[in-house]
Amino acid sequence: MTRPHDMGGRFGDGPVTPEPEDVMFHADWHPRALALTLASGSLGLWNIDISRHAREALAPKDYARFAYYEKWIAALADLLVAKGALSREELATGQAIGDSDLAEKRLAPGAVAGVLAKGGPATRPGGLAAEFVPGDTVQVRAQAENMVVDGGHTRLPAYLAGRTGTIVRHHGTHILPDSNAHGQGEAPEPLYAVAFRATDLWAHPENSGDEVIADLWQSYLSRA
Amino acid sequence: MPHDHHDHPHSLLPSDPALRVKALETILTQKGLVDPAALDEIIDTYENRIGPKNGAHVVARAWVDAEFRAALLADADPVLAEMGYYGRQGEHMVVVENTDEVHNMVVCTLCSCYPWPLLGIPPGWYKSDAYRARSVREPRKVLAEFGVALPAETAVRVWDSTAEVRYLVLPQRPSGTEDLDEAALMALVTRDSMIGTGLAVSP
Repeated sequence: MTRPHDMGGRFGDGPVTPEPEDVMFHADWHPRALALTLASGSLGLWNIDISRHAREALAPKDYARFAYYEKWIAALADLLVAKGALSREELATGQAIGDSDLAEKRLAPGAVAGVLAKGGPATRPGGLAAEFVPGDTVQVRAQAENMVVDGGHTRLPAYLAGRTGTIVRHHGTHILPDSNAHGQGEAPEPLYAVAFRATDLWAHPENSGDEVIADLWQSYLSRA
Repeated sequence: MPHDHHDHPHSLLPSDPALRVKALETILTQKGLVDPAALDEIIDTYENRIGPKNGAHVVARAWVDAEFRAALLADADPVLAEMGYYGRQGEHMVVVENTDEVHNMVVCTLCSCYPWPLLGIPPGWYKSDAYRARSVREPRKVLAEFGVALPAETAVRVWDSTAEVRYLVLPQRPSGTEDLDEAALMALVTRDSMIGTGLAVSP
C-alpha cells in the first residue's frame, strides 16, 4: 500500500556515511541533472507536488537501483513526455523533432538568480479554518494513502499512520499536496507540526524522552 | 485514473546515467526549451554562492545578539529575508534551538527536503536511504556514526520535513568562545551542526 520512497523507520539500510562539506557531487552529471531539472521547471508544466509524485511513481525496482539524481532525470523525462513537451520518438532517437511553443518560456541565464531568489511560497490566504491549537492531542488517519486518487501522492508517512501525537505548532495555511499533485487544485489547509513520542512509535525506542515531529495537514488528523 | 505507467518513457533514453543526462540536455537544447548557459549559471550558484556559510552567518549572529536570536526563534522568515537568505526551498523557515535538554535533528524521510538558501544542496548522506530510513527510529545510533554521543538526559527531537516548511538547527555555542566575534564564531559552525548531526566546533 506504500511506495518505495516512504522509508521512514525501515530496517536494514546499513550505516550512514558522513562526508566533508566540500563534497557536493559525486559525478559530473549530477550537477547537470540538478540544473536540467530546475531549468525545466521554468517551463511551467508542473508544480513541486507533481514532480515529487513523478519520482515516487517510478517502478520500485528502478527507485531502489537508481542513484539520487538518476531518479530526478528519469522522472523529468517521464514528465516531459506526459505533459507533451517531448515525444517518445524524440527520447528514443535523441533528436528534437520540430519546434516547441514552450520555447518562449526557456529560462535565460540572466534570469536564474531572480528565479532562485523568488522561490515559490506554499502558503495561501483563506482556506479551511484551523481546528486545532498547540497542545491538542490528535490521531493520524489509519491509511497513509491519497484519499481521492488511488495510488496518488500524499505526504503522510506510513510510520505515522494511525498514531497519536500532540500539536506543537500551527504553520498557517498551506497547499495540500494530495490535491495539487493531481491537477485538482491547491485546496489549502491548516498545516501543523505534530510531535510523537518515540515510545508511541517504536517497539524498541532508543530513549523514552525522544520525539519525532512531522508536518501534517489538517485532513490527515482527527481529534483524539 | 491510472497512475502507474508500465512503460515509463525514461526507459527510451540510454541507460548509462551520464549519457542519459547528456541525451536529455541535447534534445531539450535543440528544442529550444533549455539554454545550457542557464544550467551553468544554476550550477555555479550552488557550487560557489549559496551554501552553509549563509547558515553559519545566521547562527553566529544569534550567538552574539540576544534580540536577533529571540526574533529568529519566534518567526524566522522576516529575519532571514532581511539578511538576504530567502529563496527556493527556504520559503517557510523554522529555526530550532539546541539546549542541554533538547537536541534537534532534521531529516526528510519521504524525499530530501532541505533549506537550500541557508545550507545549499544537501549532502549525499542526507539523501541516502540509510539516513532517511533510520533517523526517525534510531537517531542516537545515526548520531554515533557522526561521532556525536548525547547524554541520556538530553532528549532527541527529530524533525521530519514532510511539508514545505524547512528546519535549521541552532547549535549550542561552544564554551570558551566568549571573546570571539561574529566572524570568528562563523568558522565554528559546521553544516552538520545546522542539520543536527554534528555539534559546533570548539576553538
